[in-house]
Amino acid sequence: MKRVLVISILAVLGAYLAEALFQLDFGRQFFQNGVKDFYLIASPDKLKVANVITAIVVNFRGFDTLGEVTVLFLATTAMGSILYKGRHKLGERAVLFSASKIVTTGSKLLFPAIILLGAYVFIHGHLTPGGGFQGGVIIATGFLLMLLAYSDYSVSHVVLSVIESLAGITFATIGLLGMLHGGTFLQNFMATGVLNNLLSGGIIPIIYITIGFKVGAELTGLIYTALNEKD
Amino acid sequence: MIFYIILILLLLALMVAAAIYSIVQKDLLYAVIATGVISLVLSVLYLILQAPDVALTEAAIGVALTTIIFIITIRNTVRYEDDEKNRQKISKSNKK
Repeated sequence: MKRVLVISILAVLGAYLAEALFQLDFGRQFFQNGVKDFYLIASPDKLKVANVITAIVVNFRGFDTLGEVTVLFLATTAMGSILYKGRHKLGERAVLFSASKIVTTGSKLLFPAIILLGAYVFIHGHLTPGGGFQGGVIIATGFLLMLLAYSDYSVSHVVLSVIESLAGITFATIGLLGMLHGGTFLQNFMATGVLNNLLSGGIIPIIYITIGFKVGAELTGLIYTALNEKD
Repeated sequence: MIFYIILILLLLALMVAAAIYSIVQKDLLYAVIATGVISLVLSVLYLILQAPDVALTEAAIGVALTTIIFIITIRNTVRYEDDEKNRQKISKSNKK
């Protein structure tokens, strides 16, 4: 009975949402002659960045990204401080089932490939889809696989926090260097190079690599804390 | 064109089916896996709608991270929703 009620309520809500969305114009008059033409033309021409989304996220709206990274940092810090009561000893924890031989061997084989894919995604953030956040999450997924397969696998919290802090400091320092060069905070002050080259886009690849390291370290620490929490 | 419309409709139907399954299922582990299937299908839909950035984010966060956080929660609480074993477990933990 309760389930039927839940499903019917969800269906009614969905119907209302669909009706509202169909009636919306989606701001069509702003799409006709808005800021999108500037973004679409300026990111390949001036910034030499092939992926327009990366140009918007890191350059035109770079300060918002700094705020986003700060929010993620605060969330992981809060979760760590809440869950930091007691830890299981190494080898005592298993997630639901203990891992078999096939799982452990397969994870050991897949782990370097996943890390390589994550690094590729954030290093090529200005050329191909993806970027720092996606690459960082993929790297954290690789560490998650190892933590699930080996009950005695451990990561060092000191190393993680050093990587995280260094990445955050680098991001803020690059922003301040833009001010030093006579522009605004996070001004793109380096030479932008040639379109579609790996070393192009000025500060955009550097910032996305730092974001990748930061997100990867934060999420790995979060998963490790949650998995090892003693209830 | 018609192929893409049929594909999108099939994927949407799969998403709705997985959502209903995750509500109805009493084994919470299976329900969590079904929510992971929703995210996976959604990321394929984003890829068809030419948003590969969002598709990557959805695949990495929705399928892997959210699912594992729910599974950790299940490990620390109970696995079966609303049945006899569960009630015994809860009453035992209350006695302690």
